[in-house]
Amino acid sequence: MSGVRVLVGTRKGAFVLSADGTRRRWKISGPHFGGWEIYHVKGSPVDPDRLYASQTSGWFGQVMQRSNDGGKTWETVGNTFAYDGDPGTHQWYDGTRHPWEFKRVWHLEPSLTDPDTVYAGVEDAALFRSTDGGQNWQELPGLRGRGSGPDWQPGAGGMCLHTILLDRSDPRRIFIAISAAGAFRSDDAGATWRPINRGLSSQYIPEPTAEVGHCVHRIAMHGSRPNVLFMQKHWDVMRSDDAGDSWREVSGNLPSDFGFPIEVHAHEPDTVYVVPIKSDSEHYPPEGKLRVYRSTTGGDEWQPLTKGLPQRHCYVNVLRDAMAVDSLDMCGVYFGTTGGQVYASADAGESWKAIARDLPGVLSVEVQTLS
Amino acid sequence: MIRVVLPYHLRTLAQAGPEVQLDLGRPVTPDAVLDALEAHYPALRGTIRDPVTRRRRPFLRFFACERDLSHEPLDAPLPDLVALGEEPFLIVGAIAGG
Repeated sequence: MSGVRVLVGTRKGAFVLSADGTRRRWKISGPHFGGWEIYHVKGSPVDPDRLYASQTSGWFGQVMQRSNDGGKTWETVGNTFAYDGDPGTHQWYDGTRHPWEFKRVWHLEPSLTDPDTVYAGVEDAALFRSTDGGQNWQELPGLRGRGSGPDWQPGAGGMCLHTILLDRSDPRRIFIAISAAGAFRSDDAGATWRPINRGLSSQYIPEPTAEVGHCVHRIAMHGSRPNVLFMQKHWDVMRSDDAGDSWREVSGNLPSDFGFPIEVHAHEPDTVYVVPIKSDSEHYPPEGKLRVYRSTTGGDEWQPLTKGLPQRHCYVNVLRDAMAVDSLDMCGVYFGTTGGQVYASADAGESWKAIARDLPGVLSVEVQTLS
Repeated sequence: MIRVVLPYHLRTLAQAGPEVQLDLGRPVTPDAVLDALEAHYPALRGTIRDPVTRRRRPFLRFFACERDLSHEPLDAPLPDLVALGEEPFLIVGAIAGG
């Protein structure tokens, strides 16, 4: 029978939530790595028992963990992230130059074809790859070193590479996004990159339509239609129909177009989910109502999904990597909050229930659909 | 044998007790202790010193013989009592409240 495994990274450890295909009863294991910040846990699409986790600490730095049994046991792997060559400098808050310094791994993206190959998006923003199961990491320097990297500047959350999208139909194509630089695309397996931010407009930067400098919060894609991208920007929900060459706003009737996560339905490429947040000054839902908004038209027209979600006095946030979908026949949607709840919908968002209620603040949610 | 006291999270990571013992030659310096510690417990690599710069992580301190040795050169000899194993080398995490 099919099943679902939800991999939850929190501020105080990782948790693995599992259920059979009915998604009615959930088992919770954890905390794994209790007391450590777990920025991201993700499984290999090729070998679902191969998981990678980013374990970090302000005291002890970065630790990388790998599991070969679906999260029952873990082993540490390589945690040396050395920038290629002379790391150089980037813009700093006070206008001075600041040396590139590795801080942590925000996002792990296992290869679509090889369980030993995994990409890591890190702060200070750079893309690394391991081809030996996480033992050794090499930077893909074309992104940072030969392009606009020296002009990038951190936002208040740090300068992180937080999104990595791999194209199932073209292994040479990779999309990434950086706060606060923007989105970038490689068409040669990461050797060279170009910014793909035309159509974005950000009032918080001196030149609102600049080629780089945009605070992209996340981008999402349906595997069957890799030229169509959806973006939750700092403000604005955007769509591209040409692999990022141009973008148009599709915020439509959202109560706020500020937010962090954006996700696409597993079977309907034009069905998109976001969680509106009131503003960048008040990181909580508008009116204290936690609402997922769904568009079934690829943007512009959005409907609130509220059944089972708190509709008063709710002031949690949902972070950029904290929403995911499963691929069962009736698509499941999952998200975690900074208040420690993990909500799940087994009916594509029509209704929700908390499958974990009192975890530490949730940093990331990933879902594995198991056969 | 050199005695090293680890903070809680590093004991867990290393799957070790609160105090570990290491066999190393002279001179006994912080770098030599950390090299031996990382060789014996690979999970600790990069957790006490940055793996690239090899600098001590800022929220960790090195104490021994009731002295704060955190700002001593990493290649400076540790006190004889540490080298003789009579006193432990303590790796201490900064406290944080809230």
